[in-house]
Amino acid sequence: MSFTVYLICIVGMGLVTYIPRWLPLIWLSRREINPLFVRWLKFVPAGILSALVLPSLLMNPATRELSLSRPEFLVAMPTLAFGWWSRSLGGTVIVGMLLFFLAGKLL
Amino acid sequence: MRDEARSALAQGLNAALPIWVGYAAVGVPFGVLAAKQGLTPLMIALMSAIVFAGSSQFIAVSMLGAGAGVFSIIITTFFVNLRHVLMSSALALHLKGRSKWLLSLYAYGVTDESFAVNLTRFTQGDWDIRRALFVNHSANLVWFVSTVAGGYLGAVIPEGALGIDYALTAMFLALLVLQITSWLIAAVALLSGVLAVLLSWLCPGNWHVIIATVIAATAGVVVQERFVCRRRNKERRS
Repeated sequence: MSFTVYLICIVGMGLVTYIPRWLPLIWLSRREINPLFVRWLKFVPAGILSALVLPSLLMNPATRELSLSRPEFLVAMPTLAFGWWSRSLGGTVIVGMLLFFLAGKLL
Repeated sequence: MRDEARSALAQGLNAALPIWVGYAAVGVPFGVLAAKQGLTPLMIALMSAIVFAGSSQFIAVSMLGAGAGVFSIIITTFFVNLRHVLMSSALALHLKGRSKWLLSLYAYGVTDESFAVNLTRFTQGDWDIRRALFVNHSANLVWFVSTVAGGYLGAVIPEGALGIDYALTAMFLALLVLQITSWLIAAVALLSGVLAVLLSWLCPGNWHVIIATVIAATAGVVVQERFVCRRRNKERRS
């Protein structure tokens, strides 16, 4: 692939990535949003976060096998508990990393 | 005033730091992988600056390595990143009446991670577009630098060092916990997560996040409306 073709490729990728990020911000911040849609949007963050994280905890990305005994999932339990108790983002990240590191040594 | 600026910076740093750690942990391996597929540090730099979307960059690089065409790479990128429509929509609630320029600048930095951090702070109050822009664009810079560094470094950093692979996962878990403010939201999160697991297991690809979120959020609204209506009717009768 020549450099020019590569450039066309990443500019295209940039456009199709930017437009979905940009359009709703411009469109929705300029008008009254239907209150039902606002109530719907309030559920979106928790839904997205859970949908992003749970498959990565339970599924092996290489073999696509589901398992409840993956270290990612086992470590997630005390990490969630610590997050619930501490309400601290940075603290939870450090505890999660530490537990995952220890799990790697033990398991 | 100076104190105010300093505390704004401190808050921004506090919010952005976990993202920086996570991006560095993902960005360096991305650079290493991209270099293995024959991309020069300049090409990596351009991709990180122009696209700025972690997972789709990984996918694009592996597609390039497999000799995929430009068009199919762009279409795949579009679908992988379409979930940002939902994130920008939710963020728009908190950015009403801002200038087009600021919003356009902001949109460039909307990622899973910055979305989650900024939305959580916006919901808690005490957050504004300046701090949010700092989170977005400092994370952007860390991503840029670490992917290019990975392109130069090769495989110097050992795999799994200090649990760094888990940084972003732990951050998502913490942000998820902070989102749970009612039983209904907890139920929506659980439903969405389970659906996402099933969907991504049944049909590989990147639709599972969008489909699971839309179904779970809709179910949440339906349940909420039922309850609210019933309660209202009861109040009216009594």
